[in-house]
Amino acid sequence: MDNLLSIITFIPAVAALVLAVFLRGNDAAAQRNAKYVALLATTASFLISLFVLAGFDPSNTGFQFLENYRWILGFHYKMGIDGISISFVMLTSFMMPFVILACWNVEYRVKEYMMAFLILETLMLGTFMSLDLVLFYLFFEGGLIPMFLIIGIWGGQDRVYAAFKFFLYTFAGSIFMLVAIIAIYHMTGTTDMAGGANGAGGLLTHRFPYQTIHIWGIPIKGGVQTLLWISFFISFAVKMPLWPLHTWLPAAHVEAPTAGSIVLAAILLKIADYGFLRFTLPMFPEATTIVGPIAMALAVIAIIYTSLVALVQEDVKKVIAYSSVAHMAVVLVGIFSATQQGIQGGILMVVAHGFSSGALFLCVGVIYDRMHTRQIDAFGGLVNRMPRYALVFMFFVMANVGLPGTANFAGEFLILVGAFQVNTWVAMFATTSVVLAAAYSLWLYRRVVFGQLIKESLKTITDMNAREKLIFAPLVALTLLFGFYPSLVTDLVGPSVADLVNDVTAAQAAFDPGALIAPAQ
Amino acid sequence: MVEFILFAPLVGAIVAGFGWRFITETGAEWLTTALLFAAAIAAWFVFFSFDGNTQVVTIFRWIDSGSLQANWGVRLDRLTTIMLIVVTTVSALVHLYSIGYMAHDENFDESKGENYRARFFAYISLFTFTMLALVTANNLLQLFFGWEGVGLVSYLLVGFYYKKPSANAAAIKAFIVNRVGDFGFLLGIFAIFVATDSINFDIIFPKSAELAQMHIGFLWTTWNAADVIGVLLFIGAAGKSAQLFLHTWLPDAMEGPTPVSALIHAATMVTAGVFLVCRMSPLYEYAPGAAALVLVIGATTAFFAATVGLVQTDIKRVIAYSTCSQLGYMFAAAGAGVYSAAMFHLMTHAFFKALLFLCAGSVITAMHHEQDMRSYGGLRKKIPFTFWMMVIGTLAITGTGIPFTGDLFGIPIGFAGYDSKDAIIEGVWGANGAGYAFWMLVIAAAFTSFYSWRLIFMTFFGAPKGDKHAHEHAHESPMVMLIPLGVLALGATFAGMIWYNSFFGNEKSMESFFHLPTHAEQVADGGAQNILSQEHQIPNALGAAEATKPGAGAIYLREDNQAIEHAHHAPAWVKISPFIAMALGFLLAWVMYIRSPSMPGKLAESQRPLYLFLLNKWYFDELYDAIFVRPMLAVGRFFWRWGDGVVIDGSINALATRIIPAMTRAAGRLQSGFVYTYAFTMVIGITLLVTWMTLTGGAQ
Repeated sequence: MDNLLSIITFIPAVAALVLAVFLRGNDAAAQRNAKYVALLATTASFLISLFVLAGFDPSNTGFQFLENYRWILGFHYKMGIDGISISFVMLTSFMMPFVILACWNVEYRVKEYMMAFLILETLMLGTFMSLDLVLFYLFFEGGLIPMFLIIGIWGGQDRVYAAFKFFLYTFAGSIFMLVAIIAIYHMTGTTDMAGGANGAGGLLTHRFPYQTIHIWGIPIKGGVQTLLWISFFISFAVKMPLWPLHTWLPAAHVEAPTAGSIVLAAILLKIADYGFLRFTLPMFPEATTIVGPIAMALAVIAIIYTSLVALVQEDVKKVIAYSSVAHMAVVLVGIFSATQQGIQGGILMVVAHGFSSGALFLCVGVIYDRMHTRQIDAFGGLVNRMPRYALVFMFFVMANVGLPGTANFAGEFLILVGAFQVNTWVAMFATTSVVLAAAYSLWLYRRVVFGQLIKESLKTITDMNAREKLIFAPLVALTLLFGFYPSLVTDLVGPSVADLVNDVTAAQAAFDPGALIAPAQ
Repeated sequence: MVEFILFAPLVGAIVAGFGWRFITETGAEWLTTALLFAAAIAAWFVFFSFDGNTQVVTIFRWIDSGSLQANWGVRLDRLTTIMLIVVTTVSALVHLYSIGYMAHDENFDESKGENYRARFFAYISLFTFTMLALVTANNLLQLFFGWEGVGLVSYLLVGFYYKKPSANAAAIKAFIVNRVGDFGFLLGIFAIFVATDSINFDIIFPKSAELAQMHIGFLWTTWNAADVIGVLLFIGAAGKSAQLFLHTWLPDAMEGPTPVSALIHAATMVTAGVFLVCRMSPLYEYAPGAAALVLVIGATTAFFAATVGLVQTDIKRVIAYSTCSQLGYMFAAAGAGVYSAAMFHLMTHAFFKALLFLCAGSVITAMHHEQDMRSYGGLRKKIPFTFWMMVIGTLAITGTGIPFTGDLFGIPIGFAGYDSKDAIIEGVWGANGAGYAFWMLVIAAAFTSFYSWRLIFMTFFGAPKGDKHAHEHAHESPMVMLIPLGVLALGATFAGMIWYNSFFGNEKSMESFFHLPTHAEQVADGGAQNILSQEHQIPNALGAAEATKPGAGAIYLREDNQAIEHAHHAPAWVKISPFIAMALGFLLAWVMYIRSPSMPGKLAESQRPLYLFLLNKWYFDELYDAIFVRPMLAVGRFFWRWGDGVVIDGSINALATRIIPAMTRAAGRLQSGFVYTYAFTMVIGITLLVTWMTLTGGAQ
């Protein structure tokens, strides 16, 4: 199986094609068939990805399962995974069947809805696997379209506004990356990330010039690298999203259908973290020493700012959306600490947050399906009629709070350990999230679940059904498993992360920004 | 054996929580109780058969990232065994008591299928497991796991009556205030890791002396590593153990069912902070600044909480403030370097405070869930057994005993609190002389005596007050509730005298009990016993020369820590001052509540500002509300409406004014399906293109 990665990636797209070509009519049977085809395809993709996981050699820090084909205009179709991307790939392929299950109740344009998710999966998997900048950009950018449609067509009241906001922000952000990619191609003549043996000729081992340059008389430390760094950073910061570019996310989450929110929170946001690890750190280590602290500062502001905003929200989804912004900022702190613990914790947190934020949006979906409102005031006392729901919701609220025993804690702890080694101010402010997350999460839970059940409308609400339980069970299990035995993840990513950390620290140690005033080029 | 003690409660919790439908609620109750009793018996067996040598059992790997490694495991030393018996014994008795106490609860309607009993027992068993995970930890991370685990269960149990808004508010408050402490705790763990490259006790402790010489950067400047770590860890300890500034959650936590107050908020969880400081004794021995902070905060809390306790009228709140105050004693002892006395008081306090709480529960049951002492009165005839048990608890907490018997017989004859509290006061004197801390603790002893006897007099003496009906129907509790009272009363009476020498009285006994470091001349003979070849021995206990290293025994004392030595030679006035304080408090309570019951009212009237100041708990809640809660919400709203709404969206929308008309036009097309058809074609086009190129391009 030489093309295992392509097979995983394109199974969903092929299924979408099958739906488009063969499925006719819009009756109940056709709708059911569309859902089953989608479920089958995403599950197949996940099962095959397990072979990749089994065949993956963590001790090999190079790229594995390589595929390399000539493509248009001298670009290459090059795919491969290493210890850093495998956790993102597995998270995506694992979450997608649950996403499909989460939209089982949809009745409006089901075929197109399923196609949108299937194509989105292909694009996301491709993003995490591609080793060519142009290919990466295509997948990265292509993912916008299905998500845009999911929000804009199947969303709530203000879906059109939210969809355009999402589109414009992300599109504007990625223009910067496109410019950077063109610049890189212009400078190096290649868009190949991995290169040949030992990375020779690849961009990951290319040293971009970091001599100070002057633009309109303003000295720019780190020179070209800094400019490229900033271009990539803006693009990923929008995607993440980082304060102050985050306002599209609450809007998009609130309006998106449940399944859309899950994809957005569990996978799409993680593309930014992947981008930092895949491009920013290894390609621009010198620039990271110059501009990285700014990213850390923004992340710290984001943690406190969005946590406080989450505290005063009136919409269940907005609380979770702002909480996602805060937690993604914590991940960023870990990644830019450029320490073993920080990055491993960041990846662990990506996985953990994928489970827990996905599950939390599902929790909102469960009550939204029943009451058709997301206003916190509309609920209260649900525990009286929905004890199982209360238990599951409590579990994921506690995961969100970062209680030890959940994967989220292991991730958060490692991130903060990493941050403390680099900057105690950042670590201290980032650690406030343990207090703030508890405040908004428990306050939300109390208003929705605890208390007397007074409202007439809630008196007939029913507890979770079998499908809903089936979705939650694996998420609970994995959150606990990775919480008590996070080595399952850290061992997988460890050697690759160690390699990355070594490269970055070696480059940074040799780099002295003060001594580079003289123009070298 | 230890694994059984650790996991039996977990098994009970899981079966009771998820499987009670198969074994019925009653089955769940008795199963968890039986498992806890088995664990308690095993714990006593371990306690008595333990030889003092530290053993470490690794269960499996937990977090492993670079040089940061932490395993799930068990560290068995004297501190652990003490905590094992305290936790399992009180927990087992509380389980038994709860079978009676929780049998009927007006907050739940069982006819409507609101089953709560299995849930309750699952929670308290889960609590016991997490508490045991805390005390058996061999690294700071597992300790933190237990720390947060007990916090979670405390949150669930304080909010057990989830229909009551006050219970929900108290639960959230408890969790968040604890998290503020955890904020410091976590930073302390990070600092330890940065300073020693490890979070395992085996590695940290021997490096304590180095930490005292080391300086680490934290925030704006560099600090002495040992001191900054000690202070950060103490912030965590203060949160969990409700010390001054982080104490506000504990009185509110009384919203939980009374057995929970006895188990979690008196005997075990709240003492975790004291345990942490004692566990880290090698560090605090080398961190004089941090230790001084612990001493001052502890002594101040002992005083502060006792003053508030003087005027409260809710029976559970009086005992809650009393707990807060007694925890202050323990911290004062630990801060003064008399860790063993802190552990001693922790142990005796667990018995008599659990006894007091369970008695209060019995009174509350008898009085149909009335908790205001102003509605009690004259209950000693109605519930005589509870009365006598509560008197024993009161004698123990006030520190009643016969002065100077310690010098005569080697053991002071008195109730448990007499031995342990006097040990603390003498120890604090031994460390620092008659300074601030010493006098705070003596004054607090007088207050303790006053509010404890006030409670007894208001509840059991005088004329019945309040609801007549409640008084007429007041009756003694069932046997399952009375047996635990009896057992705890035994502990409250004798525990002090039995273990006085091991904890404080005799240095030779203490050395063998705790494996204290054998300094200088004692190394030659004392160290020889340490040579043992047991498999799980930690390396430091192996050699005679190593026996003086920090971390070899359960508690480490520096050679120049002579507090206990001094305390043993304290002058008579030091030894008798807590007794005099106790007697004064008793007399005053007797005068005010038996002889002339109109006096308290008049006093409150004439000293109104002071009375209100105490009644409102020094206005801490109001203060925190004004400086933390409200501003935070206001800032949150400001950020949301103004930051997100006006500044960010506003400026970006202004940029996009040209795009908005296009947006609205496109919106119409979106509805008509034009855009999505277009977009799908595009994506499918890309897919096809890639596939085609792949197939025709061929592999290189």
